[in-house]
Amino acid sequence: MVRREVAIVAAKVTGELSRRLRFGGGTALPGLVAERVDPRIVSRLALNLGGGAILVTGTNGKTTTSRMICRIVTASGKRPVGNREGSNMMRGVAAALAEASGWQGKISSPHSALGVFEVDEATLPQIATAVRPRVVLFTNLFRDQLDRYGEVETVATLWQQAVNSWPSDLTIVLNADDPSVSSLRDSARGPVLTYGLDDPSAGSGQIEHAADARWCRRCGGELTYAPVFYGHIGHWACTSCGNGRTPPDVLCSRLSSDADGIQMTIETAVGQLQVGLPLSGVYNAYNALSAVAATIALGLEKSSIEAGMSGLTAAFGRQERIPISGKQVEVILAKNPAGLNEVLRTITRDPEARDVVFLLNDRIADGRDISWIWDVDFERLQGHLRSVSASGDRAWDMALRLKYAGLSDSPTVETDTAAALRVALSRTPENGKLYVIPTYTAMLQVRNILGKWSGKGAFWESDRR
Amino acid sequence: MKLRLAHLYPRLMNIYGDRGNIICLRHRCEARGIDFKVSELEPGDTFDPAAYDIVFIGGAQDREQQAVADDLIRTKGETLRAAVEEGIVLLAVCGGYQLMGHFYRESSGRELPGLGILDIWTAHPGPEAKRFIGNVVIEWQGSTLVGFENHGGRTYVGRNAQPLGKVVTGFGNNGKDGSEGAACRNVFGTYLHGSLLPKNPVFADNLIRLALARKYPDVQLTPLDDMVEMMAHQEAVRLATRKSFLRLRD
Repeated sequence: MVRREVAIVAAKVTGELSRRLRFGGGTALPGLVAERVDPRIVSRLALNLGGGAILVTGTNGKTTTSRMICRIVTASGKRPVGNREGSNMMRGVAAALAEASGWQGKISSPHSALGVFEVDEATLPQIATAVRPRVVLFTNLFRDQLDRYGEVETVATLWQQAVNSWPSDLTIVLNADDPSVSSLRDSARGPVLTYGLDDPSAGSGQIEHAADARWCRRCGGELTYAPVFYGHIGHWACTSCGNGRTPPDVLCSRLSSDADGIQMTIETAVGQLQVGLPLSGVYNAYNALSAVAATIALGLEKSSIEAGMSGLTAAFGRQERIPISGKQVEVILAKNPAGLNEVLRTITRDPEARDVVFLLNDRIADGRDISWIWDVDFERLQGHLRSVSASGDRAWDMALRLKYAGLSDSPTVETDTAAALRVALSRTPENGKLYVIPTYTAMLQVRNILGKWSGKGAFWESDRR
Repeated sequence: MKLRLAHLYPRLMNIYGDRGNIICLRHRCEARGIDFKVSELEPGDTFDPAAYDIVFIGGAQDREQQAVADDLIRTKGETLRAAVEEGIVLLAVCGGYQLMGHFYRESSGRELPGLGILDIWTAHPGPEAKRFIGNVVIEWQGSTLVGFENHGGRTYVGRNAQPLGKVVTGFGNNGKDGSEGAACRNVFGTYLHGSLLPKNPVFADNLIRLALARKYPDVQLTPLDDMVEMMAHQEAVRLATRKSFLRLRD
């Protein structure tokens, strides 16, 4: 059922794209077709976006933030044209533009069309050249998929060069609290809008092992943080050259959280906003803050931002709660140390969180190197759990990490995803809650399985923007 | 019994999960009632050879590696070399491994001097050269070691060191001669992340045994329940050597 629906949509996209390109009948797989697409197809189709385009890039938060921006764009009366989660390379943008276009390559009601694309960190320069966006939002920069990106430093340098090459009418929106992102202001030729968190009560204590910005990008001196909110995100300052966080243009002056989610007060040039999210974790506060800043940069009205930010739901795999046979299943994607550390923090703060299953895959989209799990502070979960199990292609590596974190001498191991979920669910008491923490490709498997079990059908369909 | 480990530059050299090696040594010592103490030495800190039994240094990004190279030679080099002569146990991974050699020649031709503790040298063949990235299995003392490599530099082993092992799958030191890592006295260098020690428990215990042997006569290590460790090891070997399937899987 799922497979057939996916196939139908894929065929439609492929066919449309390939016919427009005069490739022929459109029988090839969409991925293969998209790979063969001349990058110029993106620049040609992007010209039809009357409302322009915004690109969202960074290690964590791209999908959730893009989703929020799409909602705000919709609330403003415009029509967002966006790529699907995960399809954030050139081919994903090409497919999204092709799908939104008619048979003649014209987007319907082009005046209201506004492109909202989440973009892979390393592909940003090429996509920006093709799309020519009005705004580019940078969320954060952490170690992630080092087997593919090389080093964190490589991405930072790539961004710096890209920003420096962009025209002066392109606005960049920067996280003031991430030194690696914030320093892009030094390379900008156009307007810069920054956002940040100003509520010290959200501070987490001390900088984590997996922090990736300990050194000043200007002078190489050591950075200090007071406070640090998570990873290396916080109020930073260089101890030797005076470089430091500048007061953000869009700032969250109050952040509070309860069982239902988080409440934020956001100060902006267009006035104060109250935002409530059904999500937890300070990283989701940053997602909301960056979406607000980005849509201000796009010139959208305060009323649209408020309307778009209300009634948000979790994207699949981003804290969505799925009821299955009287139990709650909460799925949270975690694909790098900074992200997983935040998920673990969320779990330790939830008194109901007693049963957890971690799914670790090492496919290309996950990153082939699983060494990163040793950079994650699993030790934080000591004393919080009733049952913990490991699954995925590298289930035994995950089990070993859990063992050495002192969580269990012999964690349950089920390499098969469905079996792992079934066993973990059986251990979760009636009305209890099961946390499922997968890497990216494991999440896609979890999505299909839980979709069937909950009777909701294919989740990816409901996750379309 | 007591072991004291010096972790060199944990804040600068920590990019690829190499912290797992420390976690593993601690766990395997404490499970046997061996008191295990870690000191973190950063730039500027001196190295007291009498104060430690094991030294660990991990991998880093190029920028951090340069900062470390300077400090290593200036403030720790002499005493570290003396400790190695005395038989201290040293494990160096990736960037740390390269720094133990005579030099690292960048693609520009510039040479960063190393400590010369291991008779190896490393050269980066140029910005266009392929980075060696992927799962690795090597033959080591009739058994296997498994891990993940991610390096641009090519390392060559001289006459006064032995390769740590022979590549079964992966690139190893230089992608040509089938060697991986290097060993001399009680110094072990390797490109293997993973982290290396947790899923290679025999190798981890070997380090512990060598370190204890310097202080205590006739030490026998109590066997531990290594079921999860061995499963992780075997699975990693199986996945790494299953080449054609790996491609299909992706």
